[in-house]
Amino acid sequence: MARALINVPPRAKRGQVIEIKTLISHVMETGFRPSSIGVLLPRYIITEFVCTYDGQEIFRADLYPAISANPFITFHTVATQSGTLTFTWTGDNGFSVTEQAAITVE
Amino acid sequence: MKAKLAIDQSRRALIKGAGALVCGVLLTVRKSEATPASMQAAIRTVFGNAEIGKGKVTLDIPSLVENGNTVPMTVSVESPMTATDYVKSIHVFNEKNPQPNVIGIHLGPRAGKASVATRIRLADSQKVVAIAQMSDGSVWSGQVDVIVTLAACVEGL
Repeated sequence: MARALINVPPRAKRGQVIEIKTLISHVMETGFRPSSIGVLLPRYIITEFVCTYDGQEIFRADLYPAISANPFITFHTVATQSGTLTFTWTGDNGFSVTEQAAITVE
Repeated sequence: MKAKLAIDQSRRALIKGAGALVCGVLLTVRKSEATPASMQAAIRTVFGNAEIGKGKVTLDIPSLVENGNTVPMTVSVESPMTATDYVKSIHVFNEKNPQPNVIGIHLGPRAGKASVATRIRLADSQKVVAIAQMSDGSVWSGQVDVIVTLAACVEGL
């Protein structure tokens, strides 16, 4: 199980633009590197990251081998109502991790 | 006297000719500094034949990078981010990595601010281009030249 770190402000004012930071542990093997025996290591990367806010998609990113190991993504959203943010990372070899964070909007 | 004048003139003609030749060479050198074909092809697969304007997109990468394995990158687009005027997508491309795509970002009016940060790999000193598509369909771009001292590892373990 890959370890994911998420930073969402626990409370925010309605209409405020908040910054969300996400980090997940993953090798992001490019598929262009030869192993010690000279054979190319197969590609193993996260291909997609999606963030939904109470079920509605607010951010999506397609990742390529040019993203560093342990992908770190920072983005913004408007705090509309109290609810749950769901983060999903999917990738090669059936990689899939889902994390959630709650936010209180007053 | 007359002979000297003739020599003078031919010398001037020669200098002029040489000058024109040097200018011509300089111009052609500058013109051939085009972005590599694979990056152009990747841009065209994403944006089709849309006309790409310059500006509105700011790509923030340190101009001198020590380690190409983790290069902090921030891309931001000037936009009010309202329900009717927002940034639809941002795509980042590079010239010299094995693949031209870096990241494709899809935003909506709920993003509030079109600013995204991540860490990327760069295999060599090169040009990085960010292209954004707005909700009205217009396409804007911004680019930056980066010098990388230690390339992202493409060699073996």
